[in-house]
Amino acid sequence: MLVLVEQSLNGLQFGLLLFLLAAGLTLVFGIMDFVNLAHGSLYMMGAYFAATFVAWTNSFVLGILLALGATLLLGILLEFVALRHLYGRDHLDQVLATFGLILFFNDAVRLIWGPAGLSLPLPSWLTVPVQIVPGVFYPAYRLSIIVVALAVAAMLYIVVMRTRIGMLIRAGASNREMIGALGINIKLLFTLVFGLGAALAGLAGLMQAPILTVQIGMGENILILAFVIIVIGGIGSIRGAFLAAIFVGMIDTLGRAFLPDLLRTVLSSAAASTAAPALSSMLIYLLMAIVLVVRPEGLFPAAKR
Amino acid sequence: MKSRINVRNVVVALTALGLLLLPVYSALTGNIFILTLFTRIVIFALAAASLNLIMGYGGMMSFGHAAYLGIGGYAVGILAHEGIGSGFIQWPVALALSALYALVIGALSLRTRGVYFIMITLAFAQMAYYIASGLSRYGGDDGLTIYKRSTFGGLIDLSNRVQFYYLCLFCLFGGVYLIWRIVNSRFGMVVQGVRSNEQRMQAIGFHANRYRLVCFVISGTICGLAGALLANNTDFISPAGMYWTRSGELMVMVVFGGMGTLFGPVLGTIVFLLLEEILSQFTEYWALIMGPLLLLIVLFARGGIMGLLGRLSRG
Repeated sequence: MLVLVEQSLNGLQFGLLLFLLAAGLTLVFGIMDFVNLAHGSLYMMGAYFAATFVAWTNSFVLGILLALGATLLLGILLEFVALRHLYGRDHLDQVLATFGLILFFNDAVRLIWGPAGLSLPLPSWLTVPVQIVPGVFYPAYRLSIIVVALAVAAMLYIVVMRTRIGMLIRAGASNREMIGALGINIKLLFTLVFGLGAALAGLAGLMQAPILTVQIGMGENILILAFVIIVIGGIGSIRGAFLAAIFVGMIDTLGRAFLPDLLRTVLSSAAASTAAPALSSMLIYLLMAIVLVVRPEGLFPAAKR
Repeated sequence: MKSRINVRNVVVALTALGLLLLPVYSALTGNIFILTLFTRIVIFALAAASLNLIMGYGGMMSFGHAAYLGIGGYAVGILAHEGIGSGFIQWPVALALSALYALVIGALSLRTRGVYFIMITLAFAQMAYYIASGLSRYGGDDGLTIYKRSTFGGLIDLSNRVQFYYLCLFCLFGGVYLIWRIVNSRFGMVVQGVRSNEQRMQAIGFHANRYRLVCFVISGTICGLAGALLANNTDFISPAGMYWTRSGELMVMVVFGGMGTLFGPVLGTIVFLLLEEILSQFTEYWALIMGPLLLLIVLFARGGIMGLLGRLSRG
């Protein structure tokens, strides 16, 4: 029972992290109609920036704030230099161009930080376990990820649904030409949305960094998961991305935690421990395939164009 | 009628001739490395050509073609591991499994269009990747070493570099010829018609998705053959070879060369892999140049190498 609570919290934490990544992706995809494979690279850059700045400033909080700003700037720069020329192009062109950017970022990181991974040590005040209900302890850091991610999700909801900028973003998602014709500086809006997405990806990366090692290619696997989430949730839908992300995070974490034991009842121990992670990873893709076949527009599609 | 001798055709003919004569050059200069490199290039060219059949002619942007390389490879590897070394069994199994996989995922994926099709083919390929990682008996994540290449009862010796190269080249030329015949057949015309205007083809009575599916299966089967060749070439097969970045590379090769042209993918593969090789000799960080180059090609050189040669031909 205790294990179940703990693993569910881990699932929730991973799901919320995925949401941060997927939210930026789905905004960019939904509004600019742009497939950005390099989103995973921004996630990676966020983690590398954080590891560097925290080591520099000797302060965890200051370091991650600097890293967040750096990722935001990088995203805006990337949009300004390269990606804005790809809006309105074929999806295939966008996939190829951003695939090229992944290659670039991986090697740039290898050149700057070297091939070995970095680690981002936690300050001592984040490593203590916290008692959440009597008898159940949970690491403070993972708990703080949940809190931060929920806060960001709430903020995002308020910004998108309750502010003028959010209104423009939603209007842009449903009809780009029309809001341009109404005198909105659509280029600026796109750059802004892209920068926001980049910062969210960087935030996800830097929050994941203390849990895993910071390494080259860390964004690639999780990027595909984020794509799965926005396809399941419905492209352009933040609400869909939120629900799908938590769903996928749960499946992934609970699958990894409990499938080995379940499989051991039918398979040999060794076979089960190799098959289980593979099977739980597959479950997610299976889910996406089913969703695409049954409801190609996703489970919670954004308002129709 | 337009002259048949133009820059584009000359380049294609010279490339084919060069590929044919490469072992001679390698034997004369004693440069074995170039033969090994080009064996790999020829195999990937076959895979790219098969992807081009559905991408260029069929308008189906598959982002999961690496799966067939893996399936073809694992068919060879697993059978060899279990003591069945005959290519007469291994290769038909590789082709049949690739075809079957293409049939199943094609039937499901073709219900979607556009970016959803890209994503669903990607999802299925990732599933195949995780299945391969879960095969603990066959090495799991670490992959499987193939100790003995496929045997063909003394007909051909795959361990002989030159013989293996010519086998790969034969498969490539055969594959390109097959694609040429398909593209210019009634079937191929229907597939291209569906790419241009699906509704119209439906309206005049063609079952669009059936044509698409058959085309998808043919493409997957050819790529499965490339997978069987690749496994024999590297004597090794691992899930890493079917990761989504490999599918991305195949797409790059096709677009590099010129999507929807017969020889474009072959030229694209040669240029892409040679560039990778040359750049990595200058610097360890070859992707630092390759990545932005790719971006520039997408931005400024539409139609790839074939498009460029075509413009040169028109003068």
